[in-house]
Amino acid sequence: MLTKEQCYEQLLLGKTVKSESWLSPIRDKAGTRAQALNFPTAKQDDWRFTDLSPLFQHGFHPVDSYASVTLADIASLLIPGSIRLVFVDGCYASQLSDLEQAGAGVTVASLVEHSGDAQVEANFAQHALFDQDTFAALNTRFFEDGAFVHVTGETATPIHILNIATKRDTSSAIYPRCLVVMAANGRATVIEDYAGLNDGINFSNAVTEVVLNDDAQLQHVRVQREDKSAFHIGHCSVDAARGSVYTSTALAFGARVSRHDLHVTLRGEGAKVTLNGLALIGGRQIADTHTRIDHATPRCISHQLHKCIADGSAHAIFSGKIMVREGASGTDSAQSSRNLLLSGKAHIDTQPQLEIFNDDVSCKHGATIGQIDADALFFLKSRGLTEERARNLLTHAFAAEIIDMIPVPSLVESLGRTILERMNGNSAGGVSK
Amino acid sequence: MINKGSKVLLEVKNLRAEVAGVEILKGVDLTVRAGEVHAIMGINGSGKSTFSKVLTGHPDYTVTGGSAMFEGKDLFSLAPEERARAGMFLAFQYPVEIPGVSNSALLRLAYNTLQTERGLEELDPLEFDDLIQEKIKVVEMDPSFLGRSVNEGFSGGEKKRNEILQMAVLEPKLAILDETDSGLDIDALRIVAKGVNTLLTSDNAVVMVTHYQRLLNYIVPDYVHVMDAGRIVRTGGKELALELEARGYDWLRAAA
Repeated sequence: MLTKEQCYEQLLLGKTVKSESWLSPIRDKAGTRAQALNFPTAKQDDWRFTDLSPLFQHGFHPVDSYASVTLADIASLLIPGSIRLVFVDGCYASQLSDLEQAGAGVTVASLVEHSGDAQVEANFAQHALFDQDTFAALNTRFFEDGAFVHVTGETATPIHILNIATKRDTSSAIYPRCLVVMAANGRATVIEDYAGLNDGINFSNAVTEVVLNDDAQLQHVRVQREDKSAFHIGHCSVDAARGSVYTSTALAFGARVSRHDLHVTLRGEGAKVTLNGLALIGGRQIADTHTRIDHATPRCISHQLHKCIADGSAHAIFSGKIMVREGASGTDSAQSSRNLLLSGKAHIDTQPQLEIFNDDVSCKHGATIGQIDADALFFLKSRGLTEERARNLLTHAFAAEIIDMIPVPSLVESLGRTILERMNGNSAGGVSK
Repeated sequence: MINKGSKVLLEVKNLRAEVAGVEILKGVDLTVRAGEVHAIMGINGSGKSTFSKVLTGHPDYTVTGGSAMFEGKDLFSLAPEERARAGMFLAFQYPVEIPGVSNSALLRLAYNTLQTERGLEELDPLEFDDLIQEKIKVVEMDPSFLGRSVNEGFSGGEKKRNEILQMAVLEPKLAILDETDSGLDIDALRIVAKGVNTLLTSDNAVVMVTHYQRLLNYIVPDYVHVMDAGRIVRTGGKELALELEARGYDWLRAAA
């Protein structure tokens, strides 16, 4: 078992990846910041609820070889008819990817292969800043490859970015990276998906940047279904220009400890953002979601609904900050945090935060924490359903409100099955109730 | 229909029960045979709704004495879902709303659970749809209600009709209707009553718990029981309900 310091030292020993001349200095700078920074501590306000200590016990090594993964291995994760980009332990897997469906106006590619693209150079590391962010610094320093999506037209075909973590002799440090650039009026659906094979104890440290130019529209789905032994820390920065519409549905089911930071800057007038979130965990899992919506310009709209469901002795955290800047008149913002505790040992912290520096705004927020409704439970049992079936049905219904917002029906269906399996696993884990 | 030779479905003897440490039922006796319709009447607080919840196993109520046998099985040794599978049904006084669970999904899940219990084949969604299209006619319900979340946004009358639809699908041997008439306008009452009458056979039975005689004009009882202070204090035929309507409950309470 390692100490926190040893764990961090081990991460700093990551492999140097050769880069284009514009990128090398950025990597070097990120490396320097990573040397100066350290893991966050509970004294930092943004991290005070998140117990990272299970992460520190492991040494995570750079991925130095390609794991052999076949399409059959990942068959259950695929989305039929999608444009698919697959990464295995952070490395681009062209043989598992399928870019046939990408038509005119849609570029879906390996970030390294497209690192000469002007859009990459103009946007990479410009939104997810690593100066004060340990994990973003480590990612920027050590990422092997990533996804680059550039949409200048309009596509109804979902773009599936599938990140697979495998089980190796030693635990891996994996650095998924993603850059999505929506040109003016571009429209697309992007699914960022994190999954594991065979219960590896890996650490995925992911960074995503999303840029929406004027009047662009993006449906952004994020599915974190890593192995329950894994660790996952993901950061996503979104920059929304005038009249753009950004809709995020982010789900967290997996990982021993997971964290998702989602920062949206409403930079152009009249931009609209909708954030839907769901964490469904059990056993000893910890899932932390921190969101920040920055109303930087007038007449922007933000709607947020986040749900946590915690079984066993799991701990779910939601912290949602809404900032309304001085000049952001006519802001319309609504935030709701709804939470379901499935066991007496589970724990949920929810923390809505509003910072408003303008009088001409409408900001609503609310938070509830409850248990399975006893009357609903009795009703279902009186119709012949077992306790477990009835509880699962009610839990599923609570979760479905978020999952049903995903605009890809086949994914909604397969995730519905996934959460039933997870719930059965959660209650069969021996730690629930 | 009274047929003294028919099978005893429910036999309750000297039943005592409490809620939150307060004794509500103080020795209830009731025998229900196949083919019979019973009405249990009484003022608010007499224990009649408690009786229906105790029989179906609501967790808030504790049985402290007596017995209840359902087709020879000890009812109180069964969990609520086992009682349902054995053929008991409760139409709720206040039907529960379940956002996110569609009416048709719940009905199919419940139906298939009972099919499995009876050793019969489960129905797939298409087969079940054929069944349900017939059943909704019993309560004159619009098919659009099947796709909606259970009771969510339903009016009072629609919720009660939905309870009877569940009864129609599950075909219980013994249905307990807990104040199913409360909050119904005359048209909804007529539809609900017609639905229940359609479902009555010589093999099943209904126990109606009600405050008012009105429902009994539409579902005619073979027996009327008056409950007061946790006991059945009088049993008669349907004419007893009319007498209660005319005289109120006080004369019986004094007699008790």
